[in-house]
Amino acid sequence: MIPAAFEYHAPDSLDDATALLARLGDEAKILSGGQSLIPLMKLRLSSPAHVIDINGIPGLSYIREVDGVLAIGALTRESELEESEIVRQRYPLLHDTCKVIADPLVRNLATIGGNLAHADPANDHPATMLALGVELVARGPSGQRRIPITSFFTGPFETTLGLGELLVEIRVPAPAPGSGGAYLKFERKVGDFATAAVATQLTLRGDGTCEQAGIALTNVGLTPIKAVSAENVLRGNRLDDPTIARAAESAAEAAEPIADLRGSVAYKRDLVRVLTARALRKAIARAQGRR
Amino acid sequence: MRVQLSINGETHEADVEPRLLLVHLIRDVLRLTGTHIGCDTTHCGACTVLLEGRAVKSCTMFAVQANGKSLMTVEGLEQNGKLHPLQEGFMDQHGLQCGYCTPGMLMTSYAFLDRHPAPTEDEIRVAISGNLCRCTGYVNIVKAVQHAAAALHEGAAR
Repeated sequence: MIPAAFEYHAPDSLDDATALLARLGDEAKILSGGQSLIPLMKLRLSSPAHVIDINGIPGLSYIREVDGVLAIGALTRESELEESEIVRQRYPLLHDTCKVIADPLVRNLATIGGNLAHADPANDHPATMLALGVELVARGPSGQRRIPITSFFTGPFETTLGLGELLVEIRVPAPAPGSGGAYLKFERKVGDFATAAVATQLTLRGDGTCEQAGIALTNVGLTPIKAVSAENVLRGNRLDDPTIARAAESAAEAAEPIADLRGSVAYKRDLVRVLTARALRKAIARAQGRR
Repeated sequence: MRVQLSINGETHEADVEPRLLLVHLIRDVLRLTGTHIGCDTTHCGACTVLLEGRAVKSCTMFAVQANGKSLMTVEGLEQNGKLHPLQEGFMDQHGLQCGYCTPGMLMTSYAFLDRHPAPTEDEIRVAISGNLCRCTGYVNIVKAVQHAAAALHEGAAR
């Protein structure tokens, strides 16, 4: 399959990239890892007149923990996240997530920034980032701004990124002591999008009650869904079996799946319930220092 | 657009349209037809090549993105008329039936063994999970990779 012809731009600085983006507007698509964009272009579901390849811009690929924040450059490959020692040890939810995106070959090119900015509700990082409560950094022609993840996704394949704006950094709050998280994805086979997936991030107090809870859902709605009512079930409470069951039911109610080849509405909703309970148990075990 | 890239240590130049896929540059322009096109939809991995040492699907990259980069294809495995231990392993352990997925399997395994010289069976299975064998010959493919890991280990110890 051959994509439609386009003009190729390979800016070597962020300023050049944002200026190009601002000038070309909707005519241009950003090429990051290309693992979603290029398949879409080959299928002619997307035929941009201009492609702006940001892979030659230095300084967009890094993973570093500074001042209580894990800062991740938008161009960081999924395989780099997967291999990162700090991610593996301190951010288990993120480590779980990057391991189940597509397949190992795709992960060698796919980027975390692309996964978020593409805003496919079937993508895995969006729910994880909602559960972690991250902040995104966008760069535009008039400078930089920070966007809370809760206001980033506005619809399927739609974000609040404006004309000329580029996602440049993801800022994950460092976990407080007693924190743990987990991502559980049910997929028909390696490389498939999730039938459903659940991201959970918890912080427990010394007495075992829940101080902070993040729960978000993948591919059961038009956007990733933050299951706020399920989070509220947990916060302040001891995480015993009945509480976990109530949170899981609440998460299932928050899901808005559609029936497709991956399953019926009732099936997917129940899958969310089961995955939420399992992910919470895993997160609790990790928060308590049991891997 | 003019692109210059190194494949298996040899420098190639070509004038390409930006929309030309890397796999088409490799196969149709440079006539290195060992790299296969399978699904053409980023699923099967038959088109796997190494880009700066990392296994990637060459049907899901534009040729212009490889400008100035170093690539390795299945043709680069054999050295001085001697097959690579992975190729020997695929022969010895019957790691191929129709052979269509084999170049991709070899390249993925090559990059994998480079980073994981003593893998478990589970690690091998995860490593090749982006490469599909429609003959479903995975059991022998895993054995072939294990065979190569052992041979490479022996070679390194000698």
